[in-house]
Amino acid sequence: MTSNLRAETIHFDSYDGNSVEAYLATTESDEKVGGVVVIHHFPGYDEATKEMVRKFAANGYNAVCVNLYYRESPDASPDDAAAAARASGGVPDDQLVGDVGAAAKYLRALANSNQKVGVIGYCSGGRQSVLSACSLTLDAAVDCYGAFVVESRPESTMTSIVELLPNLSCPLLGLFGVEDQHPSPEQTETLRELLSKHGKDFTFHEYDGAGHAFFAVDRPSYRPEVATEAWGEIWKFYGQHLSDKK
Amino acid sequence: MCTYDTERITVTGSAKGADGWFRATDATISYDHPVHFGAGHALLVDLINPALGASSRVGLELNAESARELALAILRSLESVPAGLLES
Repeated sequence: MTSNLRAETIHFDSYDGNSVEAYLATTESDEKVGGVVVIHHFPGYDEATKEMVRKFAANGYNAVCVNLYYRESPDASPDDAAAAARASGGVPDDQLVGDVGAAAKYLRALANSNQKVGVIGYCSGGRQSVLSACSLTLDAAVDCYGAFVVESRPESTMTSIVELLPNLSCPLLGLFGVEDQHPSPEQTETLRELLSKHGKDFTFHEYDGAGHAFFAVDRPSYRPEVATEAWGEIWKFYGQHLSDKK
Repeated sequence: MCTYDTERITVTGSAKGADGWFRATDATISYDHPVHFGAGHALLVDLINPALGASSRVGLELNAESARELALAILRSLESVPAGLLES
């Protein structure tokens, strides 16, 4: 692996025929490689998320992140687009699944694709990663501290996706901070019990000294030692499920 | 966590954003992840005009204590307006 990559903004037609914006990073490799759909957090399609997309390409994967707010705010900055999305209650689940599915199709069509595609999401994207893996045929999914997977709040527009868990199509890696309250350790335990009950393949890691958003390098919640260890788990997991090499 | 709890009200007034003044028609208030303020969560206020697009926005990200003080100061200011000056 050379760590060489190419990163660029692209547009492609999504599931509904609408063109969406996305950030694509492709790895320079003569061998066939896996792909990763990165789901950005609620604050938007920002620099920190694009850095994660490049990190996947530097580590031997093709990766793409769809700007989930592009439809409603095509010309706005990421923060303004995120504010508009927040005002409207967030991205509808059907639209999210459609965009992730279209992104996975885009990755599989790349010349150096091995046809395996995983998904990863952070914060709100954690829930959306599980949602995608329960709605699409994927090869691996990573949930980074996603709330509202097993819980709902009556005052919120977001609902749990417990009823979809029997449909989980691929192995799931869950990365959580024990100091996080959303999802709390109790909620993580509930998810663990449900996945076990449904006979699903999953691995959870819960890190001491970390709360929500420990991967976010531009936020005070960043925990470098935990993030480094958790990135190691991601490489191991994707290496097992997205690589042709075993 | 992302709370997804957003209060939305209609407002009458103007706000000055990145491209200058615009007529503000709505305000949203939530307690969620900030973009710039260095905290996990903050009280977010956006004065917006959706008809002009997402960029017509003035955003505030305040810690909870500051937000309460701001709200109280606004009310104190309005209560101290001399009789006859308040316009609807």
